Amino acid sequence: MPNLTQYIGQALLYATFAAAIGTLASWPSHTQLPANSAQIKLAFNHGGARVEDCRKLTAQELSKLPSNKRKPNDCSRERVPVTIQLMVDGNLLYDAVLLPSGLSSDGQARTYQKFTVPAGKHVILARLRDSKRAEGFDYESKFEGELSSRQNLAIDFKAEQGGFLFR
Amino acid sequence: MHFVRRPLRAGFDAGERLFALAFPANANPLLNLGALGFFFYWIVTVSGIYVYIFFDTGVTQAFASIEYMTNEQWYAAGLMRSLHRYASDALVAVVLLHILREFSRDRYRGVRWFNWVTGVPVLLFIYIAGISGYWLVWDNLAQYVAIVSTEWLDHLPFFGQPIARNFLSPETLESRFFTLMIFMHIAVPLIALIGLWVHLQRVSKPRINPPRELAIGTALALLALSAVYPATSQGAADLAKVPGSIGLDWFYLGAYPLLETLPGPVTWSTAVTLLIIMVAIPWLPPMKRQRAAVVDLANCNGCTRCMNDCPYSAITMQIRSDGRPFEGEAVVDPNLCVACGICAGACPTSTPFRRLSDLIPGIDLPDRSMAAIRAEVEDEGARITGPARIMIFGCINAGVAMSCRSDNVGVVSLNCTGQLPPSFIDYVISQKFADGVIIAGCSENSCHNRFGTRWTADRLSGARDPNLRARVPRERLVVVWAGRLGVSMLRREISTLAARLAILGPFKPKMYSRGAIAEEEKSDA
Repeated sequence: MPNLTQYIGQALLYATFAAAIGTLASWPSHTQLPANSAQIKLAFNHGGARVEDCRKLTAQELSKLPSNKRKPNDCSRERVPVTIQLMVDGNLLYDAVLLPSGLSSDGQARTYQKFTVPAGKHVILARLRDSKRAEGFDYESKFEGELSSRQNLAIDFKAEQGGFLFR
Repeated sequence: MHFVRRPLRAGFDAGERLFALAFPANANPLLNLGALGFFFYWIVTVSGIYVYIFFDTGVTQAFASIEYMTNEQWYAAGLMRSLHRYASDALVAVVLLHILREFSRDRYRGVRWFNWVTGVPVLLFIYIAGISGYWLVWDNLAQYVAIVSTEWLDHLPFFGQPIARNFLSPETLESRFFTLMIFMHIAVPLIALIGLWVHLQRVSKPRINPPRELAIGTALALLALSAVYPATSQGAADLAKVPGSIGLDWFYLGAYPLLETLPGPVTWSTAVTLLIIMVAIPWLPPMKRQRAAVVDLANCNGCTRCMNDCPYSAITMQIRSDGRPFEGEAVVDPNLCVACGICAGACPTSTPFRRLSDLIPGIDLPDRSMAAIRAEVEDEGARITGPARIMIFGCINAGVAMSCRSDNVGVVSLNCTGQLPPSFIDYVISQKFADGVIIAGCSENSCHNRFGTRWTADRLSGARDPNLRARVPRERLVVVWAGRLGVSMLRREISTLAARLAILGPFKPKMYSRGAIAEEEKSDA
């Protein structure tokens, strides 16, 4: 049977244990992004144009195919890379050629990028090329506005919604 | 690895000594780390079930439901939420300490590789379960955890599209993710429980419940912490903002700042390398171990004592194969035997008084046989001189006995104190190899071979076979659970016993009357 001193010792050790658990459960704190900074997050999945245009099959060609495989167009699988540029206040922040995914290069091109910029007024220009053209861009959007401290500006791309989405 | 294990072990030994000042030996927290892990697991489970009753898995409702628990129902659900969190932290703390302690005591190599390797996935499951729990609160910390976790996973080439895109902006987040996370948060701990069951498969009589006083003490400590410093959320998650200062739970999220800042290939290769090392460490380098115990059927009567005493389930009984009129025979699985010798200490044929035949017990260690121990006892007995000659049977794992060897103190090393059949004590004193005997083993309840100290104490007290004969004068016997730091304790006991032996004088066997013999036989029985 422990004596009083031992009980006091146990109480102290239990208190130390609880204090250690309680302390390390939330301290020291961690700062992900410094104050007066904002974050731009560029992330999208998008498939480029097909490398070869689809060709409409003739009636003769269609008749040679089994009935369950008769599609009006014959399309190649491979897609062109997607070129993306992100400029902030006239400075090129990101410039990449995103290759299509998949073994046959027939999947979507993907990117997920984060950039830290000072909080304040910015002009952000996003451009994307997904066609076979050699120069210029198929989509271009500009965001002009104030980024507050620790704001997360998400830039998505959805061709069906007209291109870049600033959220 | 020795240079890593040594300071760690010294630290644990010192910690055990410190805790021993306040706790009884059976309730020393450092000697109950695995059992405490189980206990915290159950606290987490029970409190988690209670919290789940009030939890809403919707993307907008999750935070609100937890705020309700914390603020409106702080006395019940709020308390349970805090207990759920702090018990999870305590679980990680004791599991990590358990791993370090087993490593420091070199109890992860040789046949113990199985327990070590099966513990690795359990640790991973505990972490996955804990991290997924943080996610569910959907506060700023949850947002941080969700984004860093998914960004880290996205470095792997397995996912069709970045999972982190789900957390791009408030518009992209769906409640379905929460349903998946709650499923993980419930399923993963259940898988961990199965893993724990496998982890204990090669351990006989595993201690999965801490002593009652320790369970009550730790539960009260966590409850008090929950009441005084309740777990709170860190503001509702807002994907349009990057969380500012976040109070990280360093038990679970200690690596997150590194995952966030270091390149993915670096963190992944480090994580995979660490995992490989964790799994492979029992063979880095492999343990040079003694040969497994061997059964000698000619001396085995199938009494089952060795099987009952083996701490590692290495011995089973099977139907007699030699036609002798006994029910069974002991069979040793060499893959499970650690050569602790506890089985030989339990064998009734391990008696040094045998002279008509060779000392070959029913079960024995080829590399540390009973015959060799008897020969050593006789050699040491012939060497020591003086008015108070003492023979120490010292456990090699405690490792303190040999430093006390002197002109009047002989030392015989054992693989474990449990290897010592009580008849050896009788032999030493009655045959006058020494005037007194000391058994020096690991710290109480901290036996390197799990049950050596316990079985020895039980055998000496007569609670377990083979027990110490009644005729052995108890005043000439001292048991010291010295442990590795107990040299001074052992020296003190040697001095005390030597002084007592000087007063007692040389051992004089009793002259027995018939009645006394019958009485003693009754007592021995």
